[in-house]
Amino acid sequence: MMWLIYLNVTIQGVLTGLVYGLMALGLSVIFGVVRVVNFAHGEFAVVAMYATYVLFTAFRLDPLLALVPLAALFFFVGYALQAALINPFVGRPEHEQFILLVGVGIIIVNVLLIGFGPDARPVNLSYGFDSYEIGPLLVDKPRVLAAAAAIAVAAALFWFFRRTRTGAAIRACADNLVGAAVIGLNVKRLYALTFGLGLACVGAAGALLVTIADPSPVLGPAYTLLAFVIVIIGGMGSMAGALVGGVLIGVSEALAGFLFAPSMKSMFSFALLIAVLVLRPQGLLGQRS
Amino acid sequence: MTALLAATNLSKRFRGLLAVDGVSFEVAAGEIFAVIGPNGAGKTTLFAMIAGALAADGGTVTLSGARIDGLTADTVCRRGIGRTFQNVRPFAGLSVEDNVTIGALLRRPDMRSARMHARTVLEALDLADRRAVPASSLTLPDRKRLEVARALATDPKLLLLDEVMAGLRPTEADRMVSILRQLNRDNGITILLIEHVMRAVMALASRVLVLHHGATIAQGAPEVVVRDPAVIASYLGAEAVG
Amino acid sequence: MNDLWRSLDGRGRTVLTCVLAILIALPLVADRYVLSVLTLIFYFAYVGQAWNLMMGYAGQLSLGHALYVGLGGYVSALLWLKLGIGPWLGVFAAVAVAAAFGATIGWLGFRFGIAGVYFALLTIAFAEFTRIGFDHLELTGGAAGLFLPFEEKRVGEWWNLRGGQLLFYYLALALASGAVLLVALIARSRLGYRWLAVREDETAARALGIDAFAVKMAAVVISSAMTAVGGVFYAFYYNNLFPSQVFEISRSIELILAPIIGGLGTVFGPVIGAFVLTPLGEILIAATSRLGVNAPGVKAVFYGITLIAIICLMPSGVWPRIAEVFGLKGRVP
Repeated sequence: MMWLIYLNVTIQGVLTGLVYGLMALGLSVIFGVVRVVNFAHGEFAVVAMYATYVLFTAFRLDPLLALVPLAALFFFVGYALQAALINPFVGRPEHEQFILLVGVGIIIVNVLLIGFGPDARPVNLSYGFDSYEIGPLLVDKPRVLAAAAAIAVAAALFWFFRRTRTGAAIRACADNLVGAAVIGLNVKRLYALTFGLGLACVGAAGALLVTIADPSPVLGPAYTLLAFVIVIIGGMGSMAGALVGGVLIGVSEALAGFLFAPSMKSMFSFALLIAVLVLRPQGLLGQRS
Repeated sequence: MTALLAATNLSKRFRGLLAVDGVSFEVAAGEIFAVIGPNGAGKTTLFAMIAGALAADGGTVTLSGARIDGLTADTVCRRGIGRTFQNVRPFAGLSVEDNVTIGALLRRPDMRSARMHARTVLEALDLADRRAVPASSLTLPDRKRLEVARALATDPKLLLLDEVMAGLRPTEADRMVSILRQLNRDNGITILLIEHVMRAVMALASRVLVLHHGATIAQGAPEVVVRDPAVIASYLGAEAVG
Repeated sequence: MNDLWRSLDGRGRTVLTCVLAILIALPLVADRYVLSVLTLIFYFAYVGQAWNLMMGYAGQLSLGHALYVGLGGYVSALLWLKLGIGPWLGVFAAVAVAAAFGATIGWLGFRFGIAGVYFALLTIAFAEFTRIGFDHLELTGGAAGLFLPFEEKRVGEWWNLRGGQLLFYYLALALASGAVLLVALIARSRLGYRWLAVREDETAARALGIDAFAVKMAAVVISSAMTAVGGVFYAFYYNNLFPSQVFEISRSIELILAPIIGGLGTVFGPVIGAFVLTPLGEILIAATSRLGVNAPGVKAVFYGITLIAIICLMPSGVWPRIAEVFGLKGRVP
């Protein structure tokens, strides 16, 4: 009977991990292309969570539907942020980028604190306690839907990068910046576009994250770290890697939390990060540069 | 003729591409030896293996009889090889003098003597008047001379120069040639250089090695090598030879 | 050391002497609150200098330096609580433990070619792992924390760092001054120049015979050891240690702000940075409450804005800009 419980926990981890993976996908795109250390990544996700909370509380808008306008909104925010503030920092030493984004993160966290207070704000979905029965397994309905939505958004992004000219142009920038500029690509505009897409992922992920956690200002830094861990383990520059990494971390946190203590669940993720950095720095699916 | 440097059967493969194919040669103490050949011939790879920046797949390198292949780049330098880089790598945020002083730290016991030695070297390389200037603000010819000065400050027995003439105008190249000739004459420094600028090669080298597709196609005195039909066909072209 | 003194011009010597004299004499006129703020400034200047050595000179980005503060604090606190060993002895153990952690991180990073952001994340991983670990460690009180009790009879035992604000004020001042001196000495030493070479271009440095691995390891070990001493100070000053506070990433970030804002890779940068940032927080609290705005978080928002402003306008730091304005030529000390 134990194996059934483990299976349930694992599946829960997979579903959670897919949502984490979507958030990390945004970072993979931003860090992989624009090469900016976005240390406010998790904070943006938390903003999206709060926005979802507001939309839900005010308009009864389901998070799964909210993800569309949020993704669009965050796209524009990302575009504007990159073009206006972050662009001069591309290519500058990492610690300078880091300070810039830490500053942005601090502002975000504290504005949220001022606006919403420190307590977590639950999003009580009508189907929040429903579950699907698959054989002997019981899986939470909101988590399944969220995971499915995460896959859908990721798929859309894959399609964009593989099948459109702009997507190819962005990938060119990532591979060979000088070459891209030489053939006339407007690198600044493409960077802004990429940052926009990255934050759009974050916006969508934030909407889905409310099915996993209740928004509170302190989640920001934890999610930022989580995103970096996932991107490195899954492999920089690999979009599939972000999802795979997300699932891996989701499962390991779920199992670690179950086997040891919920408060210890991150320990395994960090140990895994150290192992990956030392043994296989390109991550599971990344390419050796 | 005592060989200072002896490379025997050096080879390096990059994932299916044989970049250096069984190259052997000797450089005598006090001599100036040039390696020439078309782009992609494997010259810089050869250099990198000698300098310890790249591990050879086959063959050996000895310096004064002792094996140095497989040693790390900093160990090779300590054994007595100084090198420059094809794309110059100055310590941009530091002054010219600091750049060379850092090189001098290898063999000088303290900062003061290192700095004094650095100043001497800068004099020899015609950079003394610019010693307080940040390295980032130097022009290319000055950067090339800084690169040589820095390597020279480590008191090497053998200096590896990777295309030091590239990008220099003829007058600047001539200046570099006369500096190198003087160093070789006065200090007895052995020089192994990769070069494309043939006038520099003819002016400096006592012997030349020609590489093509990673393999030696000719070796010997410069006047002989440049008339070798294989060399003319693969690299020089009939017009280049006077 | 004479060299150092001689390297300053007349103006520099006067300024330095005056500032030190003022700081030493200040407790005669200043109230406890001002002294406590200054103590905090000296503390941040000290740990900032430790981090400055590793990043500003050797170019290795550590975002998990709180690890060493925590280790230093816990080791010395434990030795005091369980074995009665005072901090002046305990500091040696604290330094040893922190240096061991630093050496491990350094070895893993440098031996396996982990650099830049990846190295930074390695340091974060170690700090976070240790934080969660300490949360569950019985020996150190776990998440509930470790407390150094207030003992009436011990007040005045300066060798056990049991005392009032004055004791810690002078101790912190000594630490900060010592750190400035140490950085000044190392910066002009062979090791310091080797660090600069490795920071600027590691490949070129190797080609000049510099053992980059050894040099970088020296940086991590010295930096972590120095930081641990700050941890000992922290433990005996605040008298309580919580893993979720001491090892937290926000603490790591907090301690790197002063050196970056003040001026990385300079001798006085971290000190200037600490003098700018620490009172800034206090001023903001005062200003916002005067304006009647009392929401928690407002101060932090202005703090964040300040960070962004400084990094945009003066990326090399406040001190180099000040030095420019005052016409200090050549390399900013």
